[in-house]
Amino acid sequence: MSGIRSQDVESASRLVALGMRPKLVPARDPGYAELVRRYGEDDAFKDVVQRVASGLGLVVLAVGPQSGAVVAATEESIFEIRMDEYARRTALANRQADKVLHGLAHLAVAALAFPRPDDLGNDSYVGRVSVDQVDAAVREACRALQERVEGTGENSDPLSEAPELEAAWRAWSRRPPAAATKDGRAGDATTRGIVGKALRFLADQGFLVPVGADGQAGTATFRTTARYQVQVRELASRRAFDELLELGVLPVTSALGTLRPTADGALEAGGV
Amino acid sequence: MVVDGTASVVVDDGVARRLKALACTAPLHELDQRKHRLEWVDAGRYQMAEIALQAIDQVTLAMDFDTGADQGRVVRRLAPFIAAQAPGAPAAEHERIGHWVVENLINVGSVDRGFQADYGTTGPDGGYVRRRFDFKLLVELAGPDGEIYLRASDEAINVLVGALDTDVESAQVAAEVKLENLISRGRLGDARLAAEQARYRTVQYAEALRGRLDSTRRDVRSVDWLSAVPELIDEALRHIESRYRAESAILANIADARDTATEPGRRRQAAELVDVVGDCIQRHTQLQTRLQEAGATFRAEQDRQQFAGRPQRAAVDVFGQLLTPCLELDAATAAGPTGTFFSAGTGLRVPSVLSLTGLVEVLLEPPADRDPLGEELSEPELVALDTDRYSDEQWRQVSALLAEPGPPRRLSAALERARALDPRLAELVVLRSLHALGTSVATARSQGDERVCLAVDDGAVLRDAEFGGADLLVGMVDVALDEPAEPDEPTGRDEDAA
Repeated sequence: MSGIRSQDVESASRLVALGMRPKLVPARDPGYAELVRRYGEDDAFKDVVQRVASGLGLVVLAVGPQSGAVVAATEESIFEIRMDEYARRTALANRQADKVLHGLAHLAVAALAFPRPDDLGNDSYVGRVSVDQVDAAVREACRALQERVEGTGENSDPLSEAPELEAAWRAWSRRPPAAATKDGRAGDATTRGIVGKALRFLADQGFLVPVGADGQAGTATFRTTARYQVQVRELASRRAFDELLELGVLPVTSALGTLRPTADGALEAGGV
Repeated sequence: MVVDGTASVVVDDGVARRLKALACTAPLHELDQRKHRLEWVDAGRYQMAEIALQAIDQVTLAMDFDTGADQGRVVRRLAPFIAAQAPGAPAAEHERIGHWVVENLINVGSVDRGFQADYGTTGPDGGYVRRRFDFKLLVELAGPDGEIYLRASDEAINVLVGALDTDVESAQVAAEVKLENLISRGRLGDARLAAEQARYRTVQYAEALRGRLDSTRRDVRSVDWLSAVPELIDEALRHIESRYRAESAILANIADARDTATEPGRRRQAAELVDVVGDCIQRHTQLQTRLQEAGATFRAEQDRQQFAGRPQRAAVDVFGQLLTPCLELDAATAAGPTGTFFSAGTGLRVPSVLSLTGLVEVLLEPPADRDPLGEELSEPELVALDTDRYSDEQWRQVSALLAEPGPPRRLSAALERARALDPRLAELVVLRSLHALGTSVATARSQGDERVCLAVDDGAVLRDAEFGGADLLVGMVDVALDEPAEPDEPTGRDEDAA
């Protein structure tokens, strides 16, 4: 490390700083492109970049000509976005339920943006998502789970005394998809409102880009960016996967996706 | 419910099912109970439950494959029925009533826009377990153009048809058989009713199929195309075929009945029946078209979804390995992984630095125009709550217990006696004793009370399974109106006795 000059540290810091501006891309900024190139070729520089990021409470997920520098916050870092802040505006009474619904909405957006594992792994894949699509797909998954539960003959209605033990799919399917409001927008507390908020937020973060005409709230389509793919693939899905493993929910690993019919007609998902 | 020798209670599944069915009708009854609280209308002359059933009817009839009816259209169609109940009232009032009923069927104002009812079941250990049944009557959905429209839920259609918790297929057959019988016997009024029931069944059947076709279009893998769906489609086509034949025959029969009828009422009944059955046939045709398109949809989707390249690197299947397992978890546990995914999948929160130029810009920004009166506030409907925790009878029992003549007693003794009468009295005894601890004798004197209940803490500790604190001495004391009284004296003297 003795060969590192202070200018290199400055360049490395600049690359990290550029990574914090998600809407900048190397293709439109020669200086950025040069730093990205150097990261790929110069191992000593790469090490400095990673150390600078780590010192700030960040981790470098990828640096590439398409995605730019993708940096993510480590847990408890000041750069971390917390669900409590994101879901702050909801009424206190449903905050617990709303947090889960917001989290599910983000998962569903990623699931619909990259429907197959292959899509997530393929760097040239660009996914498209819309509110309609995401809400409909989650409802469909909820319906499949409901059918499966009903097929077992077990009573799955939630206990009156312990509403927090209600299954998450039930909370989603119970929430109305849309509600008429005076100003014609979808209600914030509806599932379409929650998904719409997730899409807008991801677009603000430079993860999604609106495509085509502005259109109605429900039909506006977004395409994914390389940055989002990296973020979901390298960090978000892994952390969530690990947490599910810890919870004892052991999803089956398959390259083709797991939601598929079995011989007896029941849907098999997640290997539970 | 059956009570066996070990006194464990077994709640029959049938009871739970009937309780759920009963619960679905509760919102309709509630409308009539609450109508008197409406200040803007003399609601006594409107039968709200009847209007509600008509509203569900109208929504159900407007449901086809793609959309339902929007609220305005439903209310317009409802208007004649509402007007028939109060012909003298202005049309605006009829309309407002219509909106009120429809909004109550949606349950506007609750977050979930639905209803809940509790019912009991038998848990795994044989104990009584209370469960929550969530249901909706009218559901708001967003159409492709962003408009909000209404659909009737399965529960609503079941409530409406009156055939609670029955199999769609068998109920359809039953209705058709009934219809033919009724026509052959010349009971046209009843026949119309049965025909309408058959039409609701048709709609319900179409709705079930619509869901399957939708999910096929979204994701081929989520639907079993090897056996389940082809079976379903075959079944549905056979079903349509037989219904089509039956209804055509019925149609010919009624047309005869209509043409030969001499009585005008009977003729009208027959004509109405022709309309209803004609509508049924139209719906079957529509269903058949969709069924024929399904195969092509599947093949196109399969081409698109299955013939993609092999995976290039190992990645997580977000839908199957993350979303579905999370949906299966209970809400409290699901907060963990979904929150983790959120934090890791939303990027950075870049702390903003306050800058002087930015601040100046914000301060110089012209204020946004605002409506001085703000948005129109919807008038809250206030429902009186039953605030009395204890019944009058319980108050009387406790008063009698505390006012018994004799020396003041220990709180523990009073509790024991209260529990012997009724275990729920104990809490009231404690609360009244605590209140007596702070009784102001001066107030009692100035009010002219003759006796007052007093409690004193002499340091004894209350040993009780339910309550803790001091074992108070409680008793009634006379208030001497003429001379200055010493309130603590009587209790103090009786301390030794206690």
